[in-house]
Amino acid sequence: MSVFDGLRFRKVSSPIHRLDPRAKFFYVIVMFVVAVVFSELLPLIVLFLIQMPFVFVAGVQREWIRSLRGALFLAVMIFTFNFIFGYLSPGGITGIQPPVDSLSEYLMLLERSLAMALRFIVLVESFSVFFLTTSPDHLGLALEQSHVPYEFCFAFTTAVRFVPVLAEEAQTIMDAQKARGLELERGNFIKKIRNYIPILIPLIVSAIRRSLELAEAMESRAWGATEKRTNLYVLRLKKHDYALALISVLVLALAIYVRFFVQIPSISVTLRI
Amino acid sequence: MIEIKDVFFTYPNGVEALRGVSLSIPDGEFIAIMGQNGAGKTTLVKHFNGLLKPTRGEILVDGVNTQKVSVATLARNVGFVFQNPDHQLFCETVEDEVAFALRNFDFEEKVIKRRVAWALNLLDLEEYRKTSPFMLSGGERKRVALASVLAWDPQVVILDEPTIGQDHKQKERLRQFIVQLTAQQKTVIIVTHDVEFVAECAPHVILMANGKIVAEGSARQMLTNLDLVTQASIAPPQITQIFLGLTDLGLPTDLIDIHAAKEALLDFLEANP
Repeated sequence: MSVFDGLRFRKVSSPIHRLDPRAKFFYVIVMFVVAVVFSELLPLIVLFLIQMPFVFVAGVQREWIRSLRGALFLAVMIFTFNFIFGYLSPGGITGIQPPVDSLSEYLMLLERSLAMALRFIVLVESFSVFFLTTSPDHLGLALEQSHVPYEFCFAFTTAVRFVPVLAEEAQTIMDAQKARGLELERGNFIKKIRNYIPILIPLIVSAIRRSLELAEAMESRAWGATEKRTNLYVLRLKKHDYALALISVLVLALAIYVRFFVQIPSISVTLRI
Repeated sequence: MIEIKDVFFTYPNGVEALRGVSLSIPDGEFIAIMGQNGAGKTTLVKHFNGLLKPTRGEILVDGVNTQKVSVATLARNVGFVFQNPDHQLFCETVEDEVAFALRNFDFEEKVIKRRVAWALNLLDLEEYRKTSPFMLSGGERKRVALASVLAWDPQVVILDEPTIGQDHKQKERLRQFIVQLTAQQKTVIIVTHDVEFVAECAPHVILMANGKIVAEGSARQMLTNLDLVTQASIAPPQITQIFLGLTDLGLPTDLIDIHAAKEALLDFLEANP
């Protein structure tokens, strides 16, 4: 559940929290695009580091680290698979002439695999900062003001809001099944996966039941009765928001420039010299 | 025998749910734990089968420290029926549901068959043997959950809010059922807000507030003491409330039982014709 914890919004006030969700979302998209544009280790490290100030200004270090820890397992998988398949079929993106036999080629492969894992971490990092500092209400408001139909905005914010509820419910279900002698860690790999069936089925069933109940409760409170909804709060882009958007554009432009016109040095090659 | 020695428990989110609870529950005892929401009742009983481990202090179940063994090992002797049956039902048939725990505990198929038949008979569920638990009514699902725990015949049975959503007839059956269990020297522990049910069953009552045990004693002592009842945020049974309102007439105020109340009223009417 630690991954969810790393995405759960807590109400605090910081300059980052006060930014307009639309500006922040634009920044996340830019980070996303830039992370996908580069597959070298060096720019990805830079990308990882330039997000740090956001985390510290927002004061969400603890939650942020927890989300990274949650992502670590997948990152290790990505690294391992890239390394194994890079070794089995070199060439392609690594540009190594097969077979992989010299130390420098191993280092290049290692660097490339690390870069792939780091790319994933950077994606998780930017999403984590976004969700940690944006309240679901503001997010819904931002969607609505971007002319997304209200039904979709509502479904989206409800889904986000119910993530912690579901996480808690999953914990209760785990307790209930453990009390009936279920040992999640018992057995071989296949058995271990099967052990989760008694957890998943009640979780899915109760989520469906809950959504039907929610729909009935909302309709009995006249949901959707008025055609045109107005909001008490209206989001307005301020100076800071424009500044963030501008920085994002510059980062994007710089990234595109570097991609096409600069030869990115490989760390392993540089260190060898 | 369950011994609780000065137990403290703090949830990972920092909520201190138990603050120094000491208690000893002999075999064959029928206990009701009562108190306001958030008093720590469910947290306490979750310690008895090791779902939660004390932050400080220790719990011994038949001399075994819960800190040192797995939930599955403890669950063999301590059955726990959760409040919401939807948190544990997942099998295709009621029969499989009841057999789930027995399979986890490695019972032989022959024994499982016998035990399942016994438990279904006990809770009057035989006609639903091949039915999906999801097709049953709320009360029936609750009985299936109960059957699935009783099937392995644990020495201690913990029932979390067993009377919620049950009609009068089912409550009465539950009461008889508990009497039957205690007659077999089983320990029965219920966590409940249902004052009337407790008044009818007359168990040993433990009142909790703010993570501590406020008082313990017979149901009659506990439920007729206005100070204690107020501390634990529960209301005395209706019978007691009537008699508390009639103290001017010299009627006793320590009654929780309908029959005793009738006797007292008849005596009063005879003495004051």
